[in-house]
Amino acid sequence: MSQTVFSPWEDPNEKPLIQFKNVTKRFGDFIAIDNLTQDIFAKEFFALLGPSGCGKTTMMRMLAGFEAPSQGQIFIAGQDMAKIPPNKRAVNMMFQSYALFPHLSVWDNIAFGLKREGKDKETVAARVEEMLRLTRLSKFAKRKPHQISGGQRQRVALARSLAKAPKLLLLDEPLGALDKKLRQDTQFELMDIQEITGTTFVIVTHDQEEAMTVASRVAVMDEGQIIQVATPAQIYEAPNSVYVADFIGDVNIISGRAKPNGEKVATQWAEGQPDIIGTTATKFDTGQEIHFAIRPEKVAISTDEPQDAANKVRGKVLDIAYLGNISTYHVELPTGHVIKAQTANTRRLSRRQITWEDPVWISWTDTAGVLLER
Amino acid sequence: MKRFSWFNATSLTLGFAFLYVPMIILVFYSFNASKLVTVWAGFSTQWYGELFRNEEFLNAAWVTVNVAVMSSTIATALGTMAAYVLVRAGRFSGRTLFSGMIYAPLVMPEVITGLSLLLLFIGIGLDRGVLTIVLAHTTFSMCYVSVVVSSRLVSFDQSLEEAALDLGCSPFEAFRLVTLPIIAPAVISGWLLAFTLSLDDLVIASFTTGPSATTLPIKIFSAVRLGVSPEINALSTIMIAIVTVGVITASLITKQAAVRQARDERMAERPA
Repeated sequence: MSQTVFSPWEDPNEKPLIQFKNVTKRFGDFIAIDNLTQDIFAKEFFALLGPSGCGKTTMMRMLAGFEAPSQGQIFIAGQDMAKIPPNKRAVNMMFQSYALFPHLSVWDNIAFGLKREGKDKETVAARVEEMLRLTRLSKFAKRKPHQISGGQRQRVALARSLAKAPKLLLLDEPLGALDKKLRQDTQFELMDIQEITGTTFVIVTHDQEEAMTVASRVAVMDEGQIIQVATPAQIYEAPNSVYVADFIGDVNIISGRAKPNGEKVATQWAEGQPDIIGTTATKFDTGQEIHFAIRPEKVAISTDEPQDAANKVRGKVLDIAYLGNISTYHVELPTGHVIKAQTANTRRLSRRQITWEDPVWISWTDTAGVLLER
Repeated sequence: MKRFSWFNATSLTLGFAFLYVPMIILVFYSFNASKLVTVWAGFSTQWYGELFRNEEFLNAAWVTVNVAVMSSTIATALGTMAAYVLVRAGRFSGRTLFSGMIYAPLVMPEVITGLSLLLLFIGIGLDRGVLTIVLAHTTFSMCYVSVVVSSRLVSFDQSLEEAALDLGCSPFEAFRLVTLPIIAPAVISGWLLAFTLSLDDLVIASFTTGPSATTLPIKIFSAVRLGVSPEINALSTIMIAIVTVGVITASLITKQAAVRQARDERMAERPA
């Protein structure tokens, strides 16, 4: 294995920093976390991604110590966290609302945790200055939280949570309150800071783009369970279920019956239409339910019949979404299915020849899509 | 928006006249040179001078202030604790009952509160005096404090306390270093409210007092039974002034805190 790629989860000798072992969390009758087991390694940037109510925030609050598991155990650095209160954990959290202390200056906010450790004045001051430099806040040290902008407050919250040099930093929707442009800049800043400090980050977000950008691994959650954990690229290109494929990015799903044929699997999906040919490592039985998932940018669209495509279908353009850099065509097939095909707009608008109601061919290779059981 | 019709002007005048004419008359006659309360004989501040030479009144004033300071301080501590628990403890069975029980003394007739306290003090054999008045005043003013403080705590962002815990505070440190400084305006205005309530209470004080402790309202009430003197007018004027200052200060603090709180909350929701 190459030395440069960061992937401790593939090394069986690597000890995980965080271990969830069969953790269940109930609130009354509601099961927030359902028998969840997961390892997170040191120096990872681990994203918990899912819709609201999927249990991602509960997982984070259990790591911080604000909630206790109903069943199962959580280990941090090999230590069972069950009896350890939040103020005794080498874990810090950056809150969604930032939770800056409104009565203290930026400087005192950052110094707050250090002072609690009983460090001497010089050490505290030196560390605060270091944090201010890291987050480019030195100019604002004397201001109160309400006297600075949203982006600056976000950085104060980050500096405050990093000041104690925690083993693990938890970030709860850290960029949710920022506008899009600022959010993108801050994402890269976060990654830089994570790299510089070498801290393990666990981030909770419902924004899939954010998770894909910052994380070394993404865990897609639904109803208290982790559906898939993988690198952003694997999650996108090789989702393990329709749920993950649909949650991350845009996707076309065609359901049908499997017909295995050697290395390839054909999907029978409609009367009178040729089977969709795909390749997969999973074993399918003949007649088993199968879902073919393909990303719009992997579907080609043309006015002439493509010659050597493994899969091609005729259709009619229903709608065109022009997004500037790319266009998405919604193509209606004779069976009523609507397939999205995406092309990069490398030519100016006037030169494109496909328009509404045009009969077109859509095609893709036999490795472009993934075949899913569920 | 201007809506100044004759009808509005008349209503306003009548309303305020109803509220304040008696007090204005009292203040006016406190500067009367004559010994007869209802006959104006020119401006004088002599009754204020006499008042400050009257040992009995000065003693009563000293007792009153002592009682007010002690009772409002204890009431503030207890009321804040009660408010904190009721707001923070979340839903436990009997929560509504408990909060109802905290607020019930607000509408309880003073005579009943006074009488029941008197019975209690006699029952446990506590000599009536300053201590019993302090206890009695604490009892009825603490619910006012807890109303004021809990209204502030309801909108207090709980993640601030969690942040304090997360940064290494024990729960008590989190309260002392984060919660208390932020809710301080509400606590102070609760204290001022309790202070003014204690200052002008007659009914409960007269039930629970003993021969050793006479508060100013009791002194005034008993003096008036022998006839109204200009001295009493002067004393009442001073009390009106103190209470007015107390109430205005309390409301200013509350208002300022509300403005700041609105700003902080805006900041939490939608940063600029």
